[in-house]
Amino acid sequence: MKKNNSSDLLQFTSKGIWCKQADIFIDPWKPVKKAMITHGHADHSRWGNDSYLATASAAPVIKYRLGDIKLQTIEFGEKININGVQFSFHPAGHILGSAQIRVEYKGEVWVASGDYKLEDDGFAEPFELVKCNAFITESTFGLPVYDWRPQAEIFDDINTWWRKNSVDKKVTFITGYSLGKAQRILDNLDTSIGKIYTHGAVENVNEVIRAQGVKLPNTIRVTKEIPPKDYLGNLVLAPPSALNSAWMKKFKPISIGIASGWMTLRGARRRKAAERGFVLSDHVDWKDLNRAIKETGAEKVIVTHGYTSTYTKYLKEQGLEAYAAETEFTGESIDADDTTKEEKEKV
Amino acid sequence: MKNFAYLFTQLDQTTKTLKKVAALVDYFGKVEDKDRMWAMAILSHRRPKRTVKTSLMRQWAAELANVPLWLFEESYHVVGDLAETIALVLPPPSMEHNKTLTEWIEVVKSLNKKEDEYKKEVVINAWAGMTYNERFVFNKLITGGFRVGVSQKLMMRALSQYEGQEEKSIAHRLMGNWTPDTTTYEELIRSENPLDDISRPYPFYLAYALEGEPEKLGSPNDWQIERKWDGIRGQLIVREGNLFVWSRGEELVTDKFPEYHPLADLLPDGTVIDGEILPFRDGKPLSFNILQTRIGRKNITKKILGAAPVILMAYDLLEHEGKDLRTTPLQERRRLLEKILEENNTDGIIILSEVLEFKNWESAAAERENSRQHLSEGLMVKKQDSEYRSGRKKGDWWKWKIEPLTIDAVMLYAQQGHGRRANLYTDYTFAVWDDENLVPFTKAYSGLTDKEFNKITAWVRKNTKEKFGPVRSVNPELVFEIAFEGINVSSRHKSGVALRFPRMLRWRTDKKAKEANTLEDLKKMLELYG
Repeated sequence: MKKNNSSDLLQFTSKGIWCKQADIFIDPWKPVKKAMITHGHADHSRWGNDSYLATASAAPVIKYRLGDIKLQTIEFGEKININGVQFSFHPAGHILGSAQIRVEYKGEVWVASGDYKLEDDGFAEPFELVKCNAFITESTFGLPVYDWRPQAEIFDDINTWWRKNSVDKKVTFITGYSLGKAQRILDNLDTSIGKIYTHGAVENVNEVIRAQGVKLPNTIRVTKEIPPKDYLGNLVLAPPSALNSAWMKKFKPISIGIASGWMTLRGARRRKAAERGFVLSDHVDWKDLNRAIKETGAEKVIVTHGYTSTYTKYLKEQGLEAYAAETEFTGESIDADDTTKEEKEKV
Repeated sequence: MKNFAYLFTQLDQTTKTLKKVAALVDYFGKVEDKDRMWAMAILSHRRPKRTVKTSLMRQWAAELANVPLWLFEESYHVVGDLAETIALVLPPPSMEHNKTLTEWIEVVKSLNKKEDEYKKEVVINAWAGMTYNERFVFNKLITGGFRVGVSQKLMMRALSQYEGQEEKSIAHRLMGNWTPDTTTYEELIRSENPLDDISRPYPFYLAYALEGEPEKLGSPNDWQIERKWDGIRGQLIVREGNLFVWSRGEELVTDKFPEYHPLADLLPDGTVIDGEILPFRDGKPLSFNILQTRIGRKNITKKILGAAPVILMAYDLLEHEGKDLRTTPLQERRRLLEKILEENNTDGIIILSEVLEFKNWESAAAERENSRQHLSEGLMVKKQDSEYRSGRKKGDWWKWKIEPLTIDAVMLYAQQGHGRRANLYTDYTFAVWDDENLVPFTKAYSGLTDKEFNKITAWVRKNTKEKFGPVRSVNPELVFEIAFEGINVSSRHKSGVALRFPRMLRWRTDKKAKEANTLEDLKKMLELYG
């Protein structure tokens, strides 16, 4: 599986992606001295490191989630030098503040892309193509069955669905990860249809993001004090963990939708018993994954998170040097949730 | 086709029966008779004969998607449905077709026995003018397996609403051997006399499992109690000198059971008997395994007939002298059944199911415990005055099965499921200990909750030893209690045993792998119950 070469600029170790020359780790899953963090999702941003470096727009959420940590920020494109290695962060288009980390040493360039997508969603800083020799890529949706439609079409569907529910005096209940997906949805809802209510886990992130000067539509935190009839015709935005929870029971009559790349699969849709599955993802689909890899010009590709072995095999057939790297986390899955335990308990 | 694809989307988007029925009624009202007829056929598993091999469809889809075939296959493992996988990988449509469902079915049928190249041209052209949902439905027409969460019951309810006919009458009309090619909608649904098809069976009445104590049923005297036999439920029809045998799966199986053929002459016309197709020799039933050896065979040879002879264990009489008896009380139907079998010598082909008499439920329960000795699955409890209803209904008939046999086993392999279980590891292979070795002896894939499957799936991902396509071998750590109805010798399995209807009773999180049962334990069960 892991074919680490000790001369590689970036190596996969039991703690994370390591740059030996600079002795820093990218998205380490075990505590290290110096960590560079691509973005605030729990499988990339872990607690316990001595120091953190992240982009200025990703930092507030990372701090909010990890609490009292030593965090320095960096601007996109800003270069820093550590023991002869040049590091810079470049937009990954995944969520607000998410970065690919470019690492250059003696003319060789590696890019650890974290999670990314090519489509400009109008909310996250749009993906920037970074030419490199070696590209570390996710493969969360690395199969040809995953093919995203432009988000405008998806949001059209979502708003049409909400509008219909609103006429029928139903509660429109939609789920998406509380960090990233939720704000992307908010940014695209047609607020003329009705009010938007939010689950605590979503609203907490909203507050952090508003505080950094980013505009989001008005939302109302769901509380016990709100009479259930107030939700009728309006929309409730919640993390996936809220599905079929006791918390959800107060919304009725209800129409449930899930916004996720996994909604591509009919089986997943049926298993979740969602009325509507909206195929909306913050990861690259098959065609964009291949496009990104091609355009980086990388001759070497390291595949993490997702269909690693399958996708690696495919890349090799395409004539690239590719291998699958094991990480502590296998990334998103159909049943995953980004809401931390603490956040769930807070609600 | 657009209407049918829309119907499919509507059905797929809801789990509420009311909405499903409404979507069906809406569809029935929108389309022509012929399309309505085909939709009914498809929803009652009467799809047209397969004219294109799925292996070809996979190739063409991979080619159009510009991906290697192996990658298409990997994707299929993940998606868990071939028609869906194809629809997902195809490039966007380049034109728009406007054919009806019937017209597309004609296209599919016209491909029979054509050259592969011609088939390819037609199918690719079809795909090129269809949306995602149309493609999915079209692929399903070819591959079959149309599971859209619409039971036949719902379809009948919708049709009865649409036609303003009683559901029972619709159910009966929809039984039998019709296809849209041989029957029109008028003939099937609106003709005066639905019995003009002499092969048409009555819908089977199915019992629910009795839960809790039988005492709540009142006095055992109000109930007819029989053994529950482990064969294939069947309906035997003699009309106008012809014999028809239907299995519960609504399959006409007359040709598969030549033993019954003399009954066409031995029984009076207008006789319909409900019973069990049961392997039987020397006055005793044989194990279901033996029957299994002849199901699915195309040619029933003398050898098979000798090895797996069947009789009909008669339970009930549904038609007598051409008259539908279903609303006649059971005790009267039983009396007539006894009379017919007394007056007409059936040469031992039909055996009357014995009615057991009990003073109280305690003695019935004691007899139920003896079921395995009789190679029976337990008892059937039917209300003396019950009508013969259609489908699975609660209240009048109960099956009171014996508790299953159980054994604790270790999970060795896991495989992803299909349909709504796609992407979850739900199909497992289990093993028991033979000294220090684990010997696989059965597979099982039902009995756990979605939550448990989620947990186990996460566990499987972390504990995979090796991957073989969709199958993973896992660290032998998890223990499950496996329940099964019977055990038999098998030369095909390494363990030497084959289980009947194995399923997971529960996940024994309290047990370590070492504490699972042994092959020795299984063999003891085989001696006792095999």
